[in-house]
Amino acid sequence: MKKLMLGNAAFARGLYEAGVTVVSSYPGTPSTEITEFAAEYDEIYAEWAPNEKVAMEVALGASIAGSRSFCGMKHVGLNVAADPLYTASYTGVNGGMVIAVADDPGMHSSQNEQDSRHHAIASKVLMLEPSDSAECKEFTKAAFELSEKFDTPVIVRMSTRVAHSQSAVELCDRAEPAQKEYVKDPQKYVMMPAFARGRHVFVEERTKKLREYAETSPLNKVIDNGGDIGIITSGVSYQYAREAMGNNASYLKLGVVNPLPEELIKNFCAKYKKVYVIEELDDIIESHCKKLGMNVSGKELFGYIGEISQAVVAEKLLGKKNDFTTFDGNVPVRPPVMCAGCPHRGLFYCLSKNKIRVSGDIGCYTLGASAPLSAMDTTICMGASISALHGFNKARGEEAEKSTVAVIGDSTFMHSGMTGLVNIAYNATNSTVIILDNSITGMTGHQQNPTTGKNLKGDPAAAVNLEELCKAIGIKRVRVVDPYDLAGTEAAIKEELAVSEPSVIISRRPCALLKYVKHKPALKVVTDNCKGCKMCLKLGCPAISVRDGKAVIDHTQCVGCGICSEVCKFGAISE
Amino acid sequence: METRSIMIVGVGGQGSLLASRLLGNVLLAQGYDVKVSEVHGMSQRGGSVVTYVKYGDEVFSPVIEKGEADVIISFEQLEAARWLPYLKKGGKLITSTQKLDPMPVITGNAEYPENIIEKIKAAGIQVTAADALSLAEEAGNSKASNVVLMGVVAASTDFDDKLWQDAIEQCVPPKFLELNKKAFELGKKAAV
Ligand SMILES: Cc1ncc(C[n+]2csc(CCOP(=O)(O)OP(=O)(O)O)c2C)c(N)n1
Ligand code: SF4
Ligand code: SF4
Repeated sequence: MKKLMLGNAAFARGLYEAGVTVVSSYPGTPSTEITEFAAEYDEIYAEWAPNEKVAMEVALGASIAGSRSFCGMKHVGLNVAADPLYTASYTGVNGGMVIAVADDPGMHSSQNEQDSRHHAIASKVLMLEPSDSAECKEFTKAAFELSEKFDTPVIVRMSTRVAHSQSAVELCDRAEPAQKEYVKDPQKYVMMPAFARGRHVFVEERTKKLREYAETSPLNKVIDNGGDIGIITSGVSYQYAREAMGNNASYLKLGVVNPLPEELIKNFCAKYKKVYVIEELDDIIESHCKKLGMNVSGKELFGYIGEISQAVVAEKLLGKKNDFTTFDGNVPVRPPVMCAGCPHRGLFYCLSKNKIRVSGDIGCYTLGASAPLSAMDTTICMGASISALHGFNKARGEEAEKSTVAVIGDSTFMHSGMTGLVNIAYNATNSTVIILDNSITGMTGHQQNPTTGKNLKGDPAAAVNLEELCKAIGIKRVRVVDPYDLAGTEAAIKEELAVSEPSVIISRRPCALLKYVKHKPALKVVTDNCKGCKMCLKLGCPAISVRDGKAVIDHTQCVGCGICSEVCKFGAISE
Repeated sequence: METRSIMIVGVGGQGSLLASRLLGNVLLAQGYDVKVSEVHGMSQRGGSVVTYVKYGDEVFSPVIEKGEADVIISFEQLEAARWLPYLKKGGKLITSTQKLDPMPVITGNAEYPENIIEKIKAAGIQVTAADALSLAEEAGNSKASNVVLMGVVAASTDFDDKLWQDAIEQCVPPKFLELNKKAFELGKKAAV
């Protein structure tokens, strides 16, 4: 049966059909749905780990135990999991182990545009790259075979357009490979220098074998249409090239992107007058070709930034441009915003109003950086809010301690914020950290996390008690506020900034999109009372706008959180 | 058959994902090769969102570029204006008359353009406009305006009604089936 499936759903289907039994991941766009779909198969145990490093170690443990295992993450997640990856390359596997890493060319939902192929090269593991949903499934299954055959973790590189596009997939049955026997083997699995030296020799030999495999792998395909133009490409770039050039070019479509073949490439290049390399982000295939002495063109045409598309290929290779009509008039941008009723809004309003410096982090609350709240000074990577605040305060002293806070979400705090807080307590700055506890991992589409009391399957689970945790770390001043109570929240922030002690404020209220959250009826503006002062617009709630000089509330969006009525000095907003 | 391209544009949270899935399933059932490209993550928080639906004998690229869309289905007027350059010469626009102010308009830093639909028509583009929001409210929930618009689309294509009904049943949770079927019918009628 053919089914329309998201690349990520097809990947999960591949995990199912390959007989995977253990999945541990941390969410991150565009990788998240692989694990969510995997969790729908009863035969697979699937969990959200607190971060990618933990997830990868869980998967490696399960592989060593003899089962087929998987972990998934976005590109920057692999930086967090790089430590286990580089040594898992040495230990190799027992049951097959596959890692999904999803790159985000164009940064639809990311803080940088790094190319995860560098990690595969540096850690010397096999990397495959599918170009549509059917391949997501097939490559995933192949990855498990190859993992076991070559004794290596295998990375399957996804990208936004492959992960989040649906195309037809043929479903197959699940294989049930027997669990491999576990035999204690310290020379393979205890990576202390004496044993690791031996494994490094193994890794280099494996790389040679993998390169030989790449020469003849069925995952690398030549589509020979004759002609003068050859295109070497992989992943979604292949689809762009194929759409733009059709049968007017020949293609070497690489499914194995690390290690890259040599003879295959040389033979392909020899056949065509002009050979182009079409790859998004870095020039990895192109440099490889050039190292082999091949005269190819790539980045001089396509650059290193953002996505390619069929239009870009057609323009660069054929000089073709489409005709189109533009709208006659200025079209204002529509940036993402916090939802109506978002619990983060009240807190950011208080920070904005008091012009407090904010060491920010990553989550829905990063939207607090946008106008009109504009209450964020830095955002770097998950967890950096707390550690960077400590550094900022060490550098600038008391003046900074009294006017700067860190903001971090509950999931992000569990991911990598806790260790920064340990540092604040241990190395003593009078820092003020605000944990935005909305009881969910919001930005990535509402995943459970260790603070929510539920696991990936939605079943009850142990919940971290944030207050007790912060106290155990050594923070004596820990308090909880309700961000819908603006006066209480503002007072707490001022008090904690003023004291000469480290403190944590937990701003607690569940995300407005959670199903169990009961909303109040929409509020209304009493037009006669409204003076048109626009104070309420400073909240940046998408449900409030001004028409003919008076505030209006969109009843289809408003969830009755009430903070606009707290802000209005004239009592013009009420139930 | 040459690949045909449909874009669905709107504001994050308006339900364009469901609309594109409905359309994708109808096209697959028609025997086409289909690709549907969605956007997840950040822009779903009230940003401008776009999904691409492409179908034909064999579809390669999942994305649609400027001047390539045969049809644009828009959930909101400003978004219709924003994505207009993606329409092919001779392409068609189906839009809801709903207006949602983006944050720069709310904060007074920009103005919501006036007479969007008239201006697009004046540019020589064939436009079908429907008050999808009111019809959705009539069906029982403002959130069903996505399915209302799919009804409008259905009225202008000749795919068997059964395919649409099957797709709705496949993509909508049973609890909301009745409501969505009603929304779909209202959309179909509005298009006539
Ligand atoms: C290393 C890394 N992993 C994953 C992500 C993707 N990501 C961005 S924000 C976020 C978590 C947000 O959850 P939370 O901190 O609870 O804040 P909320 O969105 O709920 O406000 C995740 C997983 C990332 N940016 N970096
Ligand atoms: S999803 Fe939840 S946390 Fe994120 S912006 Fe919306 S209400 Fe806020
Ligand atoms: S009560 Fe006010 S601030 Fe809250 S969602 Fe409604 S309009 Fe927005």
